[in-house]
Amino acid sequence: HASDIISTVEFNYSGELLATGDKGGRVVIFQHEQESKNRPHLRGEYNVYSTFQSHEPEFDYLKSLEIEEKINKIRWLPQQNAAHFLLSTNDKTIKLWKISERDKRAEGYNLKDEDGRLRDPFRITSLRVPVLMPMDLMVEASPRRIFANAHTYHINSISVNSDHETYLSADDLRINLWHLEITDRSFNIVDIKPANMEELTEVITAAECHPHQCNVFVYSSSKGTIRLCDMRAAALCDRHSKFFEEPEDPSSRSFFSEIISSISDVKFSHSGRYMMTRDYLSVKVWDLNMENRPVETYQVHEYLRSKLCSLYENDCIFDKFECCWNGSDSAIMTGSYNNFFRMFDRNTRRDITLEASRESSKPRATLKPRKVSTGGKRKKDEISVDSLDFNKKILHTAWHPKDNVIAVAATNNLYIFQDKIN
Amino acid sequence: MFPKGTKRKFSDSGEEAVSSGDQGPAAPSAAARMLSSSYSLQRQSLLDMSLIKLQLCHMLVEPNLCRSVLIANTVRQIQEEMTQDGTWQIMTQALAAAQCPTDRLVATEVLCRQTDPAAQAGQSPKPYAVVGVEEGYHSEEVVMEGDVETDVTMSTLSPVSPQLSSASYLAGPFGMGPCWEEEEEDGECEEEEEEEDSEECVSEGEEGDGDHLSADSRTGEQVFGTFEIKHPAPPPDPALEELFSDVDPSYYDLDTVLTGMQSAPKMGPYDLLDSLSSHGPTALSSSSSCRSDLNELDHIMEIIVGS
Repeated sequence: HASDIISTVEFNYSGELLATGDKGGRVVIFQHEQESKNRPHLRGEYNVYSTFQSHEPEFDYLKSLEIEEKINKIRWLPQQNAAHFLLSTNDKTIKLWKISERDKRAEGYNLKDEDGRLRDPFRITSLRVPVLMPMDLMVEASPRRIFANAHTYHINSISVNSDHETYLSADDLRINLWHLEITDRSFNIVDIKPANMEELTEVITAAECHPHQCNVFVYSSSKGTIRLCDMRAAALCDRHSKFFEEPEDPSSRSFFSEIISSISDVKFSHSGRYMMTRDYLSVKVWDLNMENRPVETYQVHEYLRSKLCSLYENDCIFDKFECCWNGSDSAIMTGSYNNFFRMFDRNTRRDITLEASRESSKPRATLKPRKVSTGGKRKKDEISVDSLDFNKKILHTAWHPKDNVIAVAATNNLYIFQDKIN
Repeated sequence: MFPKGTKRKFSDSGEEAVSSGDQGPAAPSAAARMLSSSYSLQRQSLLDMSLIKLQLCHMLVEPNLCRSVLIANTVRQIQEEMTQDGTWQIMTQALAAAQCPTDRLVATEVLCRQTDPAAQAGQSPKPYAVVGVEEGYHSEEVVMEGDVETDVTMSTLSPVSPQLSSASYLAGPFGMGPCWEEEEEDGECEEEEEEEDSEECVSEGEEGDGDHLSADSRTGEQVFGTFEIKHPAPPPDPALEELFSDVDPSYYDLDTVLTGMQSAPKMGPYDLLDSLSSHGPTALSSSSSCRSDLNELDHIMEIIVGS
């Protein structure tokens, strides 16, 4: 079912909760069950905690265009009380949702009986104090803020600031800064829309706040560049503080060079010292202090380089893959085709390809590394490039902030993998 | 995804180093490129594919701006290179001179936003009419100077012979013939194709009037004028769609036989007419040349009705 296609995956700050958004505008939150005391060697499982409809399809009558309800991004707020808060966004509207538990209810009201029917006042002969009684756990999601009408173009990113009071939202041409409490206005901090739209050659593809410095954020572009901006410098951050771009290799230039250089995702490391970008064929790690080239480059599926024309023809070349860091920033992960996803260890420089599919993984079985054969001879267990299923793309992955637990979205299925604990 | 049994023609050659800024004087390298017929063919098919992608947009949802910008940049890159080669100028001139509106051009103008009421008045009342053969049409305007062999026609498609598609290429200054790999094996095909072309041109030319013809040349200018270096970047918003809506979609039909690729949204111009007529009054402000299907129409109705 097309509306079940998962469009975003995100762990919360503790890793206890995992949220997914789908094409149908729904949010499903999974919760990590406590490990069983009897079997401490097994990590608990993630089970459904809450499901709610975040966005509905809308129709823009002015433009005669539909606004998709697909959830583009979910970002959790740091937890401040018993309730959990997350931001979810579609192309045009961002919503702040409160997810709260209710496991008690009051009993013994004076004016109404247990069914809720009003009691006849004349029959009441004594007063009692209602008592809180335990009940089955109920998880409620309620929209607390709706941030609308601030984006002419399609929102591709939201990012909560480290001050926990503000967040940014980015569309193709603009970035806005919001205060979580205020919905009727936002500050525009980046605007790359040219006066004449005919001169448009570059769009914003992703944006993120720095994890520690609340005045710093980055945004990436369709031309493979990243700009780091400091909000203290000016109200409108059209002039960047730092500009990251790797010089092009002239020997590999083709008509597709720009398209494959377009950055689909940018993520700061947890330390705040590095950032990672994903373009069509590779993942690059940048040191924030070095603008002229990345410090590490990892090839995700270099074997696709000779297939770019076909991938352009079937539009796969425009697929936007995300990437993520592990909790200690020692490893990075990103998706590929054929339900493959790749992990790179930054220290050992080892990499692994794994598959997220029912056929290849039974519960509790160890995943087998996969390999795509690029040469003429295909070894046993290898897959040839032409056999790859380009409809099975893993665009969204997430890594638990502390443990070695990963969530991988394969079309409309969510896979959760974890390390074996010895 | 990959058509079985057909050889990928673009894959390696397309990755050939065609450094945009690196070449020396244009003449020798342009000569080299002109001589590489397969490269020109591939480049042209990439241009065709890109223009189709820009034109065919999802009717209900706003097209992805990032994708549109990237495709438009690709088109501009190709256009810049072709301008350096000299092929772009030739194509533009030929389009301006082309006085052979086809059924397709007429149909497109009927259904898309009309910029010229005169064109509307001059249109053929029966866009589906089979083109007949008539004599007396002077095709000198179409044939370029100095090369009788080749011909550029925007209007090569006919309802009778759909295998003729896209423009044949004009020779560059070096007298090379058109670059269809298959036809190089059979020189006769080329001439037959041209004869049919001019015949089709003849009938259409007779049918139309002066207004019609001028509208077409303006159409050509509109299309390629936007790709001039001086006025770059067709806007990747609904205005863009309107612009491309005037372009003859038949021009972009990728001939699978010739290019060896299957273009996924393979749509003849009559499919275009069908899909557009099925929309009727719900024709949207953006390009009416976008295709849709009945499911989407139902979907629209559901939203409007609120069921």
